[in-house]
Amino acid sequence: MIRAQRIIKNFGDQKVLNGIDFTFEAGKTNLVIGKSGSGKTVLLKILVGLFKPTSGNVWYDNIDLVTADKETLRELHMQVGMLFQGNALFDSMTIEENIRFPLDMFTTKTLKEKKEQVNLCLDRVSLNDINNKYPSEISGGMQKRVGIARAIVLNPKYLFCDEPNSGLDPQTSITIDELILNITKDNKITTIINTHDMNSVMEIGENICLIDKGYLAWQGNKEEVLNDKNEVLHDFIFASPFLQKLVESAKK
Amino acid sequence: MYYKETIRQMYDIGIGSFPIVFLISIFIGAVTSVQFYYQMAGTLIPPYYIGYIVRDMTIIELAPTITCLVLAGKVGSNMAAELGGMRQKEHIDAMEIMGVNTSAYLILPKLIAALLMIPILVCAAALIGIMGGYISSVPTGLFTSAEFIKGIRSFFVPYNVFMMMVKAFVFAFILTNVSCYQGYFVKGGSIELGEASTRAVVYSNILILLADYVIAIVLTA
Repeated sequence: MIRAQRIIKNFGDQKVLNGIDFTFEAGKTNLVIGKSGSGKTVLLKILVGLFKPTSGNVWYDNIDLVTADKETLRELHMQVGMLFQGNALFDSMTIEENIRFPLDMFTTKTLKEKKEQVNLCLDRVSLNDINNKYPSEISGGMQKRVGIARAIVLNPKYLFCDEPNSGLDPQTSITIDELILNITKDNKITTIINTHDMNSVMEIGENICLIDKGYLAWQGNKEEVLNDKNEVLHDFIFASPFLQKLVESAKK
Repeated sequence: MYYKETIRQMYDIGIGSFPIVFLISIFIGAVTSVQFYYQMAGTLIPPYYIGYIVRDMTIIELAPTITCLVLAGKVGSNMAAELGGMRQKEHIDAMEIMGVNTSAYLILPKLIAALLMIPILVCAAALIGIMGGYISSVPTGLFTSAEFIKGIRSFFVPYNVFMMMVKAFVFAFILTNVSCYQGYFVKGGSIELGEASTRAVVYSNILILLADYVIAIVLTA
């Protein structure tokens, strides 16, 4: 479980987050949704410790990330996996070396054991025989899956995904969503996904928070999304006229 | 991991920069020799003095300073662009989330590699520069081989080599730190990355020239 407690973040005079209070539940896919520029990415970066909040706390179970000392922070980071929007795969390393990187940094396993673990993770994301390829030699969807494989190689307790579907076709997006959901369920981890993909919201949104202009505008789950009367939520969900017409025709 | 990265950087800085250092050094030695011959022609100064002047100029000033100014352009801009690219592609963020001490992992190997390889390159530059002086003057008949070698072996002060090594270490330290700082803290997009790369070269060059002056004053006082 991760709890954001009264998170405020200012960049100079600009207020980006205004007292976000939300609990991201363990064993669930927690979605942070909102328009571009609403503060989602800043919240995610605060949750993983890349940004310090102006005020507020981030609780990983009973450890406060904001006040934690370096050693605690390092131990905590070893339990965190993150999939970046641009994948952040190291160009100069092969796929295998990319996935092996956290193992090289933090474990004393032999090379054979590390290779077995890498193959296990690649198998988990349905990728085979690409160990010796470079990130530039595989497709965007495959890069996402490699990113996920690297994020789960240390068996993290917490998985963060920043826009996992950006730049992917709808079918690959569904595959990635299903993969994240399965990993969350199988490993019983706390997964936080930053997205504005409505398909992801409706498919894997078990615990959703909507950020608008730096405020927590709504919270709920995928079953509540379509029927809730919250104005900000309504504007966000039905920004697409196509979806609006689809729901109206379904109601008729 | 740090060891492998340090070896990679040593290869990039040392082997990767050798051709340009070789080319510049040989021409610097050649031009120095030819121009001193031109300036001294018709004077009472014996020709072997040119060998002596080429040697000392190369060791004290040209090899460390010119080599490091060139390396600031080649290696420094490369370091700034590499780190800046990693920052922009979120590679540094990814490493930080994994718990990696990114400044130690990314900058320390570069610094160690530069401190080991740049003094070696400077020594090579000094040697090649003197060879350049020989090649440009002796076969062309400006003076004899015996005169040049006599000049090379005259009035040798080992302290000058010490001065060259001090300069090489200080300049290597400056160009690595300035370039890594510019790259590591880059913000924005490709334009800012280009600007950071340029700043890395310009600031390194200015600081190298300033340090050169300070070292000259301190070590010759």
